[in-house]
Amino acid sequence: MVELRLPKNSCVGQGKAWSIPSNGKTRTFKIYRYNPDDGSKPKLDSYEIDMSECGPMVLDALIKIKNEIDPTLTFRRSCREGICGSCAMNIDGTNTLACTKFLSEVQGDVKIYPLPHMRVIKDLVPDLNRAYAQLSSIEPWLKSESPTRPDQERLQSPQDRRKLDGLYECILCFACTTSCPSYWWNSERYLGPAVLLQAYRWLEDSRDEHQGERLDNLEDPFRLFRCHTIMNCSQTCPKGLNPAKAIAEIKKMMIQRQF
Amino acid sequence: MKFGSNGVDVRYILHFWEKNMSDKSVRPLSPHLQIYRWQWTASYSILHRLTGIALSFGAVLIALWLVTLGTSPDAFAYVHGFMNSWFGIFVLLGFCWSMFFHVLNGIRHLFWDMGMGFTLEHGQFSGHLVGISSLVLTALVIALAL
Repeated sequence: MVELRLPKNSCVGQGKAWSIPSNGKTRTFKIYRYNPDDGSKPKLDSYEIDMSECGPMVLDALIKIKNEIDPTLTFRRSCREGICGSCAMNIDGTNTLACTKFLSEVQGDVKIYPLPHMRVIKDLVPDLNRAYAQLSSIEPWLKSESPTRPDQERLQSPQDRRKLDGLYECILCFACTTSCPSYWWNSERYLGPAVLLQAYRWLEDSRDEHQGERLDNLEDPFRLFRCHTIMNCSQTCPKGLNPAKAIAEIKKMMIQRQF
Repeated sequence: MKFGSNGVDVRYILHFWEKNMSDKSVRPLSPHLQIYRWQWTASYSILHRLTGIALSFGAVLIALWLVTLGTSPDAFAYVHGFMNSWFGIFVLLGFCWSMFFHVLNGIRHLFWDMGMGFTLEHGQFSGHLVGISSLVLTALVIALAL
């Protein structure tokens, strides 16, 4: 349901400030903190760091803070090159990957929050279990009935392969899903843009033979049709993909199969 | 794999509820509207819904106007007087603009339903086009009425 305000236990309070003497090259980072162990509410800590000793990416700054200022700062990261999807978070008001977001793109103080409207495990780490469960519900793997010889591949024409461009590149960071107001209000039942883009990736695959069944599973007022083309998903995707378009194509398939 | 009525894996969901919403542990919800940067496309989307709601109320008002026309001259004079008051004209102008915005944005949705206009540039441009056209058409109505 639509709840515009945060629950009481989730309101963000004023946190600790870690300052350093200014040398003209300092920058302030305001970072969401939540520690499940001390029973306190979430708060916004601010850190000042010397930019002449920091790498160009937001992730560089986070790692610098963790190494040199506050080792309790918790966040996910792995590949630092935008392919693992671990460091998805809300930076400067939109969702993106900390490792591919340049600090120079952010004006003023750098504000960093976890992915929006998610349950927070600690600091910048949200619980993605529901999103993963939704991904499993669309069965994101090739389903085929016709047998092939064990030593043979399932072939696909270059034209059919091209239909998967803009879909297969998704790294499942859920930046888009958590940018979607519709998902905020209906995450129990609406699958969200990331999962629907994956659903379309398998619907559109010429080798998959379960298209009808896949569409049946999505033919639902909530799972698919809670998309109202708000387009926050496509605006925020750090890989430049277009989930809004993919969802529209699924809606088209729903109509086309009736004729 | 066991699927619940939602089609999602039950084990994940049980785990999710126990960890996040049970008495044992209520994890905070991360900020959303409070911190998300306002997007043009999202603004036009919420305007579409708000104008839709406004139109429903406006339709009742217009119906009332017409019904009083058929019932009693006194009732009609009363409603007509309200419509011609400063506030009534403001409401009618709002209704007029809502109508133009909702219809034009409805056409934008029809294009989307055909899979057209989904690039970031087109999505934003068509929104601005609808916003500006609705204002221009409302101004035109004012000019015609004066």
